[in-house]
Amino acid sequence: MKRNDIAFWIGAVVFLAAVLVMTQVVANQYPFFAGYVILQSIALAVAWSILGGYAGYVNFGTSAFYGVGVYASVFMVSAFGAPLPLQILTGAAVGALMGLALGLLTLRMQGIFFSIATIALTIVIETTITNWRYVGGAAGIQIQRPAVTSPFDSYVQMLFFVQAVLVVLAVAISRYIQNSWIGRGLQALRDDELAAECSGVPTLRLKLLACVISGALMCAIGAPAAMYLQYADPGSAFNLNYSVTTLAMSLIGGTAHWAGPIIGAILLGTTQQVLTVTISSEVNLLVLGLMLVLFVVGAPEGIVGLINKLRGHRKEGEI
Amino acid sequence: MFSLDLLLDAVVIGVLLGCFYGAVSLGLSVSFGLLDVPHVAHPAFLVLASYAVYFLNENYAVDPLVAGLLITPIFFLLGLAAYRLYYETFEKRGSDASVRGIAFFFGIAFIIEVLIILQFGVDQRSVTASYIGKAWRLSDIRVPYRLLVAFAVATALTMLLTLYLSRTFMGRAIRAVAQDQEALRLMGANPIKVKQWAFGIATAVLGIAGALLIIVAPVDPTLDRAYIGRTFCVVVMAGLGSLGGTLVAAIILGVAESIVLTLFGASWAPAISFAMLLGILAVRPQGLFGRRS
Repeated sequence: MKRNDIAFWIGAVVFLAAVLVMTQVVANQYPFFAGYVILQSIALAVAWSILGGYAGYVNFGTSAFYGVGVYASVFMVSAFGAPLPLQILTGAAVGALMGLALGLLTLRMQGIFFSIATIALTIVIETTITNWRYVGGAAGIQIQRPAVTSPFDSYVQMLFFVQAVLVVLAVAISRYIQNSWIGRGLQALRDDELAAECSGVPTLRLKLLACVISGALMCAIGAPAAMYLQYADPGSAFNLNYSVTTLAMSLIGGTAHWAGPIIGAILLGTTQQVLTVTISSEVNLLVLGLMLVLFVVGAPEGIVGLINKLRGHRKEGEI
Repeated sequence: MFSLDLLLDAVVIGVLLGCFYGAVSLGLSVSFGLLDVPHVAHPAFLVLASYAVYFLNENYAVDPLVAGLLITPIFFLLGLAAYRLYYETFEKRGSDASVRGIAFFFGIAFIIEVLIILQFGVDQRSVTASYIGKAWRLSDIRVPYRLLVAFAVATALTMLLTLYLSRTFMGRAIRAVAQDQEALRLMGANPIKVKQWAFGIATAVLGIAGALLIIVAPVDPTLDRAYIGRTFCVVVMAGLGSLGGTLVAAIILGVAESIVLTLFGASWAPAISFAMLLGILAVRPQGLFGRRS
């Protein structure tokens, strides 16, 4: 292992330990409710940028994957009474298949066509779920939480920890991809797909791989949300707001580095929580949209890009 | 129950509805089809126009169609400004910017949606006019007047825009810039000015299209999401840049929606345009009358 790797894994273990300690020490439930949403945003943004950032395929279908994750859980619970880990695994498996389907379906599409196709996929799946009585249809469905397992005192605390594990998993995968030949291949096809293909980059396989990994992660992240809300309905599970939020977080943080989406998600996720509580959720969405447009216009490389620029300037100054 | 009468009814309504879909897609047919701008915010501008019409109708009792005409110049200017901003920040910088261009328009659409919610609330809004709420009977088929008005205006609008693009100097310049921007530059014309003008026209048309939208049915702030599917389905099915094809594609979509609605119920309606769009993208991405092979 390189020094960077060791530092990363120590950081991950410290993070998980801190989360675990927090669930044991903090008695107030609110931080876990709010924290869960922020962790979920981070994980979604990181998963999104595997396809959207490295490969440059703008996926508006985050809500499709997230919603399918939620409903995979709903189905597993109402059909088999499956425990949480199995729900998440099912979500990941369904998400991988869906990612593969999206990849195959959109092999010939680039740019705007790909993006529109992902929106289309979202609406088609949402409508199908709406018309599927077994999982509640348009009215939604209530879900009973099972008893919580020790060492956790409440189910929300456990979900908080589980989501933290998912964050570490997503970040580790994203980081591995960036530093391996996969990430370099994806970046090559992002810059020029034809040139990449001609230079021997297996663009087809790489795109499919990115779709599958990104899709599996997003579905797995959505899976615990069924238990978190104890309720699921198509309108909110497939809400396009997830797509916009995830897109905004990744682009504002910067997609060139795996840390970008994390920075963006923490920043925006926290701001959102504060704004929703103090003013209103509409104002919160307005701020989100404005920041997305501002960053896309003014700082296309995101916060990571701004930091790199500052560093670059300092170096020039030193020389 | 399935019957021939019901089917005929569905087809007639579908054709009328289709012409209306054609009218709301015209702007996109120019901005996306001819100019290659990834204008995801087109349906959001459409809904914005509907709310402007609603505002004029509610407060000053202006007829919705007149209101649509009144806001056209404002939307023209809005289009000029939007294209300028898009060109300066994305198109000028080259291919890598296209990814962010999509995100840009998506963000704009989102902002418009939230602003409408903040101003008008999330409730449905509708307009009042003498032709809304009544129906015309032709033996067994019952056709609402509002749909007939929308049909007539939509057809006229499509013909006018087609004539504009084929007969006038500026219209021909717009089609020329769509074919070969560099050639236009070599002729000593400024392609950016032509494209900006075209984008202005595309947005201006939305003023009237927005009036039709709120005449046909009540609108709510998130209606633009459904129309992303309808407008892009129509434009992609027609084949990018084919204005005549737009009308044919729109009628196909309208009839398909109307038949599915009659046979399977309203809960499947939102998915039809998106499913057709996915199918076309997968099978025949150049559309029915596409300019690309």
